[in-house]
Amino acid sequence: MINQYPLWKYLLVLILVVAGGLYSVPNLYGEDPALQVSPTRTTKVDSATLARVEDLLKQDGLSYKSIVLDTHGLLVRFADTETQLKAKDKVKEALGNDYVVALNLAPSTPRWLTAINALPMYLGLDLRGGVHFLMEVDMGAAVKQSEERYAGDLRTLFRDKKLRYVTITRTNKGVEVKFRTREERGQARDAAHKEYNSLVLKEEDSGNDYYLYASLSEADQREVRKLALQQNITTLRNRVNELGVSEPVIQQQGQERVVVQLPGVQDTARAKEILGATATLEFRMVDEGHSVEDALAGRVPAGARLYKKRGGGQVLLKNQVMLTGDYITDAASGIEQRNGSPAVFITLDGKGAAIFSNATKENVGKAMGVVFIENKTETRTVDGKQEKVRSKVEEVINVAVIQEQLGKRFQITGLDSTTEARNLALLLRAGALAAPLEIVEERTVGPSLGAENITKGFDSTLIGFAAIALFMTIYYHFFGVIASVALAVNVLLLIAVLSLLQATLTLPGIAGIALTVGMAIDANVLIFERIREELRNGNSPQASIHAGYDRALDTIVDSNITTLIAGFALFMLGSGPVRGFAVTLCIGILTSMFSAVMVSRAVVNLLYGGRRKLAKLSI
Amino acid sequence: MEFFRIKRDIPFMSYGRSTAVISALTFLAAVVFLIVRGLNLSIEFTGGTLIEVRYLQAAELQKIRAELTDGGFHDASVQNFGTAQDVMIRLPAKKGVSSAKLSEAILASLRQQDSGVELRRVEFVGPQVGEELINDGGLALILVSIGIMLYLAIRFEWRFAVGAIVATAHDVVIVLGLFALFQWEFSLTVLAAVLAILGYSVNDTVVVFDRIRENFRKMRKGTIAEIIDNAITRTLSRTIMTHVTTQLMVFSMLFLGGEVLFYFALALTIGIVVGTYSSVLVASPIVMWLGISRADLVPVKKEGEVDQRP
Repeated sequence: MINQYPLWKYLLVLILVVAGGLYSVPNLYGEDPALQVSPTRTTKVDSATLARVEDLLKQDGLSYKSIVLDTHGLLVRFADTETQLKAKDKVKEALGNDYVVALNLAPSTPRWLTAINALPMYLGLDLRGGVHFLMEVDMGAAVKQSEERYAGDLRTLFRDKKLRYVTITRTNKGVEVKFRTREERGQARDAAHKEYNSLVLKEEDSGNDYYLYASLSEADQREVRKLALQQNITTLRNRVNELGVSEPVIQQQGQERVVVQLPGVQDTARAKEILGATATLEFRMVDEGHSVEDALAGRVPAGARLYKKRGGGQVLLKNQVMLTGDYITDAASGIEQRNGSPAVFITLDGKGAAIFSNATKENVGKAMGVVFIENKTETRTVDGKQEKVRSKVEEVINVAVIQEQLGKRFQITGLDSTTEARNLALLLRAGALAAPLEIVEERTVGPSLGAENITKGFDSTLIGFAAIALFMTIYYHFFGVIASVALAVNVLLLIAVLSLLQATLTLPGIAGIALTVGMAIDANVLIFERIREELRNGNSPQASIHAGYDRALDTIVDSNITTLIAGFALFMLGSGPVRGFAVTLCIGILTSMFSAVMVSRAVVNLLYGGRRKLAKLSI
Repeated sequence: MEFFRIKRDIPFMSYGRSTAVISALTFLAAVVFLIVRGLNLSIEFTGGTLIEVRYLQAAELQKIRAELTDGGFHDASVQNFGTAQDVMIRLPAKKGVSSAKLSEAILASLRQQDSGVELRRVEFVGPQVGEELINDGGLALILVSIGIMLYLAIRFEWRFAVGAIVATAHDVVIVLGLFALFQWEFSLTVLAAVLAILGYSVNDTVVVFDRIRENFRKMRKGTIAEIIDNAITRTLSRTIMTHVTTQLMVFSMLFLGGEVLFYFALALTIGIVVGTYSSVLVASPIVMWLGISRADLVPVKKEGEVDQRP
């Protein structure tokens, strides 16, 4: 008997088909609207939180499907989005700022399936809606900042060692120190070299001036860049957490870029504001010795500067900074007790508290200004060239008379709204960015478009599949049915593998699946055409089947390996949609080779293999 | 049912000269279109802002245009996208204005006019990202070609590798040429389609080559042209069948997949048609003209895989 598989081959096919079914089935279950409660840095989600949330929901008669505590926090599932939204408001209000409460869609896969790790594919943003940002870290600024720090360090070093210099400035060549004599420069150089041996020092003379240039070594610059990227990612993660988005993606891409994906986020303006801004506060004394009118007329006194006040007007502040935002460890928004206006409550670290307490003690009864500083980077095209424009917004948000010595905790008022207060607290709390970030790519997909994309992609694949199955059956009769079964197994396996890999399904990914289905039939066509040819040549049906499958195999392998090469290169070099497409294409080729060769042969062997007197094939 | 009960081999190779002229002319025309008109690159490549909105009723494009011009967006292109309610607004990377903020400004001014406007999609791409994409895309094309040539040169013979790559380049350039001619939007998804065409076309060509190689061993008497004609005729049925099934799927995407998949499917449709043609009438004549002979495939025969079979 030539057309018979050993038992293990039948079993292998059977097991793979069953496994394929099991692992692709989670994609058919929908998603439950859910609420995710996650901890912040200072809090923990435990069974006490669970009980509290449960109580809250019961109080308001909000019915939920389930409430589970897992590693990420608390997940509450609801039957409809209306209850979900109501519950979010309630829970958020009750838990306050200590927890992140986010709307989520949780896959409603039955427990016995999740137990065997059968999970649905993750839907890409184009299918579920949300925002995607690609952000670039301004590495030039990171290096510059680092050099500016060195300028300060050198100043302190020279002062401590009583070394004389004329000026220290940061220029494009690095930190530039000007000296009067060669000897002074020599001494300073030795001191700098001893203290900061990784700095690259260069001497240059110009007339009677002696210059010393200090710049970062290549290795140091690399290190600075690496650290800047890492710190920015951490900061972004904190900020995204504060936004309360479920399942966000924050990933490094390349040497200086970060991808941030926020599924389900609608308010992109706010997301952008929070992610991209670098904000800090400075506390300066008001220069009460001079008048604003004089300064406005152009007579700005030395040691002071004119600032714009939020809400109009100007104020003259002293140049010396009492305290910078670096010392802030926590910031929370709230309502000021006395007049009910929005306020931000600030907590300082030990060093900051000491500085601030001293400074305020000396200045009781005098006015102090709170300066809000925000750095923004925008890209503009000027005369066809790309230019980065960094703008710094400095505003005095509050001027208050210091009533008493201030310590570790105090509050600032003068904010426009509670939202304003919340945003400021968030920015101060989430930490500073090491270097400015610039959005180089942004994509927003509305949720309705996402849902439509799924339906269209799914429908077109289904209808295409049906058309192919019909056509194959008409052309190859019963063998066409077998090919259609093999094709269905192919789709099943492909989806199962993609689900197992937890691949992200996107619209081009669906297109990839569809195209693979169209092309996968090729293997069976090759085989069936061979069988027909053998029959025409007068061979017996059994021999024709055998020869058909055997002879076509070489061709199938050759033609598929070339496509596989194409798919693989696509995956290595592509980004975004191209990559998603490549993954499905590559996996699709592998599964289609298995299903078209093994599965269809198994069916044929099972049906025809045992028959001794096979006179005719339905092909 | 069977479409092709062809008793005698079709003399494809005798058409070789005329098809070569047709192919060369089409190829040249495509190159000219590419150079003269260029591809209508999507904002993924060029940088810029794209906004898709949906109105509750049919959108009045004139009003939207006027509104945008008033808002200072003079170079905005406004057009319907799919249905009368869907509108696509496109802005190139603009002088002196941060493009990331643009979408919000535009949406705000549209909302003033009609509060029922729903944001469907916003895309903003910085110019530097686009440049990288073009480079990566080009690199991908070159590497894929090299990989395929190497594989074919090892599995078959160098003449087959050349034939396959010329045929494939022919297909890709013609698809690109048509996109340039009609100024259809060339997006990242279309690039994926072009690379898929590359795979499909080679796939198709390899099937014919495989049969040619087999015929060299079996048909000891025939001339080279006869051997190739026989190989093509015997695989023709399969070539057309596979074309039809793939096309069924692609048509389904073309008509039902929505706007996003439309150009993807369109590129595939053209690619499959041209690819089928080229695997029959471009790749094989080239192999013949490069002077393939039975002796060239002797080393492969020594492996003796086929000969030992029953």
